Amino acid sequence: MDLSRKWLSEFVDISATDKEYADVMTLAGQKVETVTRMDAEIRNVVVGKVLSMVRHENSDHMWVCQVNVGDGEPVQIVTGAQNVSEGDLVPVAKHKSTLPGGVHIEKGKLRGVESYGMLCSFGELGLTQNDLPDAYADGIWILNDEACKIGQDINEVIGNDDSIVEFEITNNRPDCYSLIGLARETAAAFNVPMKHHTPEVKGGANGDLAELLDVSVPASDLCLRYTARMVRNVKIAPSPKWMRQRLRSAGIRPINNIVDITNYVMVEYGQPMHAFDYRYVHGGKIVVRRAEKGETLTTLDGEVRNLTENMLVIADDEKAVGLAGIMGGENSEIVADTADVVFESANFNGTSIRQTALSLGMRTDASAKFEKNIDPMLTYEAVNRACELVEMLGAGEVLDGVIDVLNYVPETVKLPLEVEKINALLGTSISREDMVDYLRRMEVPVEDGMVIVPSWRPDLRCMADLAEEVGRLYGFNNIETTPLRGTTTQGGYTESQKLEAAIGAEARSLGYSEIITYSFVSPSGYDLVRLPADSPLRKCIRIQNPLGEDTSVMRTIPLPSMLEILGRNYALKNKDVKFYEMCKVYLPVDGQTLPNEPKRFMLGTYGAKADFFSLKGEVDALLRCLRVKPVTYRALTDNPSYHPGRCAALEIDGKQYGVIGQIHPLVAKNFGLDTEVYVAELDFTELCKVLQPEATFHAIPRFPSVSRDLAVVCAEEITVGDLERCITSAAGELLKAVNLFDIYRGVPIPAGQKSVAFNLELRADDRTLKDEDTDGVMKKVLAKLKEEYNAVIR
Amino acid sequence: MKEQLEQIRQKTLAALNEAANSADLDALRVKVLGKKGELTALLKQMGGLSPEERPVMGQLANSVRAALEAKLEEKNAELQAAAMDLRLKAEAIDVTIPGTPVRTGSKHPMNKALDEVKDIFVGMGFSIVDGPEVELSDYNFTKLNTEEGHPARDRSDTFYLTDDDSVLLRTQTSPMQIRVMEKTKPPIRIIAPGRVYRKDEVDATHSPMFHQIEGLVVDKGVTMTDLKGTLENFAKQLYGEDAVIRFRPHHFPFTEPSCEVDVQCFECHGAGCRTCKGEGWIELLGAGMVHPKVLRGCGIDPEEYSGFAFGIGLERAAMRRFCIPDMRLVYENDMRFLSQF
Repeated sequence: MDLSRKWLSEFVDISATDKEYADVMTLAGQKVETVTRMDAEIRNVVVGKVLSMVRHENSDHMWVCQVNVGDGEPVQIVTGAQNVSEGDLVPVAKHKSTLPGGVHIEKGKLRGVESYGMLCSFGELGLTQNDLPDAYADGIWILNDEACKIGQDINEVIGNDDSIVEFEITNNRPDCYSLIGLARETAAAFNVPMKHHTPEVKGGANGDLAELLDVSVPASDLCLRYTARMVRNVKIAPSPKWMRQRLRSAGIRPINNIVDITNYVMVEYGQPMHAFDYRYVHGGKIVVRRAEKGETLTTLDGEVRNLTENMLVIADDEKAVGLAGIMGGENSEIVADTADVVFESANFNGTSIRQTALSLGMRTDASAKFEKNIDPMLTYEAVNRACELVEMLGAGEVLDGVIDVLNYVPETVKLPLEVEKINALLGTSISREDMVDYLRRMEVPVEDGMVIVPSWRPDLRCMADLAEEVGRLYGFNNIETTPLRGTTTQGGYTESQKLEAAIGAEARSLGYSEIITYSFVSPSGYDLVRLPADSPLRKCIRIQNPLGEDTSVMRTIPLPSMLEILGRNYALKNKDVKFYEMCKVYLPVDGQTLPNEPKRFMLGTYGAKADFFSLKGEVDALLRCLRVKPVTYRALTDNPSYHPGRCAALEIDGKQYGVIGQIHPLVAKNFGLDTEVYVAELDFTELCKVLQPEATFHAIPRFPSVSRDLAVVCAEEITVGDLERCITSAAGELLKAVNLFDIYRGVPIPAGQKSVAFNLELRADDRTLKDEDTDGVMKKVLAKLKEEYNAVIR
Repeated sequence: MKEQLEQIRQKTLAALNEAANSADLDALRVKVLGKKGELTALLKQMGGLSPEERPVMGQLANSVRAALEAKLEEKNAELQAAAMDLRLKAEAIDVTIPGTPVRTGSKHPMNKALDEVKDIFVGMGFSIVDGPEVELSDYNFTKLNTEEGHPARDRSDTFYLTDDDSVLLRTQTSPMQIRVMEKTKPPIRIIAPGRVYRKDEVDATHSPMFHQIEGLVVDKGVTMTDLKGTLENFAKQLYGEDAVIRFRPHHFPFTEPSCEVDVQCFECHGAGCRTCKGEGWIELLGAGMVHPKVLRGCGIDPEEYSGFAFGIGLERAAMRRFCIPDMRLVYENDMRFLSQF
């Protein structure tokens, strides 16, 4: 809501500077977003009098003028305009002046003749024909009829000597979308009286309102109140300068006296109004009803609107003549020969107006006000104010009487002023007298200990609401600040929160950087990672009103997001990328309204050092840091997202907790990655359930260990994992570690076979091992290897 | 004999000075003091001396031996030190050659900022709770005192997941207030950080997915002074002891009184500049005393308990903290961006 301080001064007298005003209002609860001086754009432009004009020596259309700009010597200005005469008052942009749009005027030579500035048209001063209906548009703005004097700053003539204060109005305060509402807040904040005005209408025009106009409101649920008056013998003309200037300060384009009056009242009271040409209200009937199926209406902006049955229209007995609360119809528009006018001042249901405006894409000043649910008590005074202005402007003759259809019973809300409870909530000790005074300043009276809530304050409904009012005038910043008291709580991080932090820290130490990706993805991502058509993971939650297809489903797997980010970085030519993400997936569950949202932890990498075994080593490090139970890796050949020969399932006690491997080249290509990409997906939430107990101390070995190397030749298809398992089970408890150190293929090993070399560390806790101990173990190991895998010592 | 001893002493000392390394010294030691050395040979002649002379000469010979040994030792130490110096000099390296690179990853700036916030509140005895992002309309709006027909409920603002608009992507972390109050008896002190969703097109200051941190305290006798104290403490821990903050009345459907908390602009200290868009203050968070209706709806008697709640927009806080000019950078995940933090 934009507020003109000049207009405000009609209701409240304050001498605060703009900055002071903004600060006080903001701290009292009406936040000021910006303050703009209307004269900020125009500098050093004054009223000048053209003393003489002679033809330019080198031009047949330019004039060389001597202009009195009020500071002694006249200045010489060259102009090409043809509507200026000697003796005219004109706007003069002097040497070193500024015009709207950042235009700077400097002295210069025009065809060899010096010119110390420029004579201006009103357009060059940021005005339009609507602002100056009588002025000549295609030349210099002649000021002879304006009340101005030579040398006067043009901003004063235009009415730019004003500041526009932009307020952020919270939606519990619809009353503040009006000048009067903000004036009331200003008076309260500065503790000064507010000057009220009650409209007075003389009336007396010929005719009987009841005979001329009939209002019925079948859609009574969407229209709480409909108030109307009529004006006869209207003389359509531009509104006076003061009214045009005020409308301009409110950002509204002046049209003509009748339309301007409705807008003027809307700014003042916050009550949108509409004026119909009575000629076109057929049968003198106004019907407030829902639109019929297939009904159309051409609105004032010339657009044909297709209406639906939940939209509210104003109609006569034949057709719609206006879209209620949003815009009038072209068929009943005020035009130059309009003679009789119906003023509508109504209260429409905010939600209905908002939804209609939204679905038609036509949010107007009026609909913006209605959608806040304004005070239904406003309609009556507003229509009278409009009629008063008609009489003041001599724009027509007002008919006696007011039509006022009420579809609700006004009730005064009364609340007890609970001083102790308010103080207990605020932590203050404000006296009853002070509370009553704060409320009085806001025009909220207290009688016999009861707060009488005015109709324009629908936000005051309980003790806490009153506490806020008291608090904001007392000053939130004057309320004491105490350390948090009350029962001590332990607080802290839970076990899984600590693990989450730990795995992230570990990943970073391994060189992985964290990414954050959107929870909603494109359903095509499932195709890009070649998820089978019948995969249950394709069953995902669809957003009914997504921003676009790309963000239309809640992800059930995090893989496409990771690959998309890797692909983007690859396209950006970022080398050796390592990323991790901890994120939720959203898994619908039959019979459950809300999905499960388990957390997944992902690693993704490409680059010179990326390979399966580096990643596997890193995953092992992460799992160690989580302290999960021992993990086994099982070759996975049928996960379509991964390379069939370079993928493993990560299992604990036979259950899968993740996948690790190289992304299938076709999948990588789908994300623009023509390089090897490695990814690990861990089911973090589930892994947190298979933790080992906290590590405890084991005695440091007192006896030396014996190291033995063992190389065996076996068939190619025997895996290292097979051999390790076999060695471990055969060796018994003396074996403390088995480490692979070489795999060799080629001469003299026969084709289809390989040599695999391990180092075995053997140790006993209670003695130094003797040769026969270790020999015995090695014998058993070799026997078992031979027996199970036909692996023989090399 | 006395002269001979003196001669050996003199000669040896002279040779000692000439010695260039410990090998020279060893040779000298053997030559003079060894079993077949000059001094030993001389001592063997002592048998020919008179019994009176013998102890005198013996004493003298021993003192010469001791003196020479000490000198030899001294010289040896000297030479070793010189050798060590030489070696160290030879081993000198150019310390300005870069270290062997160890690449570590970085935390996403959003989570970096979030972790800071979490630590501050954990230090004040808060616990951290997590909850559903796919949420019931009831929890996101109704139980938070947001009436039917409220603009925030519009399909133009909120992502809905069902035809009847009963399930949505939470637009705020505030439904966690309800979930916690329904399950937990006061005293309650929690924060609930997480992802939230609004139907905003991506631009420099908007993203359809962003993060909030909800806070909730419910106990007997909680007042606005506690709210102020807690949030002031938070702001000072986040922005430094000299951070200036102010409380400004505002409106939220589920708190009453409600306020917004601003921190004085760090750039201009309140004078108004580009960073604070001329206002001198930067909005930090929204807060308020939990609305009695909300308490009652969760089965908590507002006559007995009171509480306060607050909500912090993480993106704005983090972007300000790390001077990130455009929110698109935050979710683009460009390595060159991420590695800066």
